[in-house]
Amino acid sequence: MNANGPDGIRASFRRDYPGFCMKVDLSLPGRGVTALFGHSGSGKTTVLRCVAGLERAPGGFLAINGEVWQDDANGVFVPTHRRPLGYVFQEASLFPHLNVRRNLEYGQKRVPADSRKVSFDHAIGLLGIEHLLDRSTTSLSGGERQRVAIARALLTSPDLLLLDEPLAALDLKRKKEILPYLERLHDELDIPILYVSHSPDEVARLADYLVLMANGSVVADGPLQETVARLDLPAVFADDAGVVLDTVIGAHEDNDCLTRLDFEGGSIFVARRPEALGRRLRCRVHARDVSLTLERAEHTSILNILAAKVVGAVATESLAHVLVRVQAKGTPLLARITRRSSNNLGIAPGLAVWAQIKAVALLD
Amino acid sequence: MDLGDLSAIELTLELATLVTGLLLVIGTPIAWWLARTPSKLKGIVGTVVALPLVLPPTVLGFYMLVAMGPHGPIGHLTQSLGLGLLPFTFSGLVVTSVIYSMPFVVQPLQNTFTAIGERPLEAAATLRAGHWDTFFSVVVPLARPGFITASILGFAHTVGEFGVVLMIGGNIPGKTRVISVQIYDHVEAMEYAQAHWLAGGMVLFAFIVLFALYSLQHNTQGT
Repeated sequence: MNANGPDGIRASFRRDYPGFCMKVDLSLPGRGVTALFGHSGSGKTTVLRCVAGLERAPGGFLAINGEVWQDDANGVFVPTHRRPLGYVFQEASLFPHLNVRRNLEYGQKRVPADSRKVSFDHAIGLLGIEHLLDRSTTSLSGGERQRVAIARALLTSPDLLLLDEPLAALDLKRKKEILPYLERLHDELDIPILYVSHSPDEVARLADYLVLMANGSVVADGPLQETVARLDLPAVFADDAGVVLDTVIGAHEDNDCLTRLDFEGGSIFVARRPEALGRRLRCRVHARDVSLTLERAEHTSILNILAAKVVGAVATESLAHVLVRVQAKGTPLLARITRRSSNNLGIAPGLAVWAQIKAVALLD
Repeated sequence: MDLGDLSAIELTLELATLVTGLLLVIGTPIAWWLARTPSKLKGIVGTVVALPLVLPPTVLGFYMLVAMGPHGPIGHLTQSLGLGLLPFTFSGLVVTSVIYSMPFVVQPLQNTFTAIGERPLEAAATLRAGHWDTFFSVVVPLARPGFITASILGFAHTVGEFGVVLMIGGNIPGKTRVISVQIYDHVEAMEYAQAHWLAGGMVLFAFIVLFALYSLQHNTQGT
């Protein structure tokens, strides 16, 4: 837990269900995207519903950037409709008796005119739904419905945006259609977003802060890059173990059709990107795509080789492999190598190694 | 058709309209409560509301007669309010018909409310709509087919009652003599031609009502 003072989200909930207990005590950043990540049944949606006031955890406490929404010890419980929040459900839950425009206006017209911070045109532009306004909600595709639902939530000018697996019900193509819009929300909105997901890809792409949940409790929480590189956590990402790099486009080398991405700890080359110099780009390096050598290989086809120091290693579920954490200056990396290789190289904390990165997944 | 028939038709329509209106006002909150409460009382209340479906009308009429009589609880109440006694009055017919036709309004509404589910209500709450606001801006429009079905069934069932009317209202021309009683009188007096007019009219009325309902349900299934 880290303290955020009056700024930030303080949430303390406990709810007992038959055979399941949800118990969390969280202190989250007051801006950016916080992902609640865990398998289904880990209690992450329940946490979100408690934050929204759709469910009530007796004895709970909740404050959003200094505004107390629930403090049962002092008899405070603000009902959902008085909380300045936006909520997007897994299925869009648009009102079928209203067309797209009336759905969008439903929340907006219930907010006093002087507290409207998000204009109608801005919201529909942000989500790219200008052409859908006069359509019936039943004629929309899954992706369109979800974009309308997000715009509808934004139009209440919320102080907090809650997204409950907004992409889970969509196929891969629709997901790719919506993700850029979610990234725009992240970049353009000055409000905290709580994002519930069980997809490592979505989390890696959108989150700044990560809360890992299992069996109703918080297993770990912290800034995304740091948390995904932690070795002490159970294999939450399983085969998807890896780190997230926030990079900036440093150079285009057009002769070889390559682009150099710079980050704290070095730079890597990827296939030529269309984006301009200086653009920020987030990418993921899977542990299975990183190998380690003691000496820098001179004659190798691998392009991306970083100097690093071993921090530690843990066994994985497959007994043949170990997961090694190395530090390349300010940036942690994970490498998944065989136990035999680990023994041969004498992997131990402090050992200087070269990390060879075979592949970089660009999150787009 | 004589003046007695016309008066019976007018009285019947007046009764059915009034009862349907009252039932929508009284039955909607009951149906809403039944559809959403986690309370253990739900089973008992639901059963009581449904009782007129299976009770012989004479049984219901008998107990209502006793309850509204000079020594019954409703009778005490109406007397102390200076309203007099309800049996053998139009008001007595209205009160009894409301109870008798209650399940025909409450059950379709309850089913509709259950089918709407929690999600639209939750979505409305996250969009700043309070409880009453949500009810009128989301629930009522979504439940429209249920309200239409409930109104038609409540109206038609009130038009068709006979046993209860005889027990409570008797047979006072212009006050409590409704169509079904009028038919009975015609038959008693061997006036089959007049009985045919009214009875045939009721058959036609029942057909139109059921056909309208059928068409309505058929149409709303598509949306």
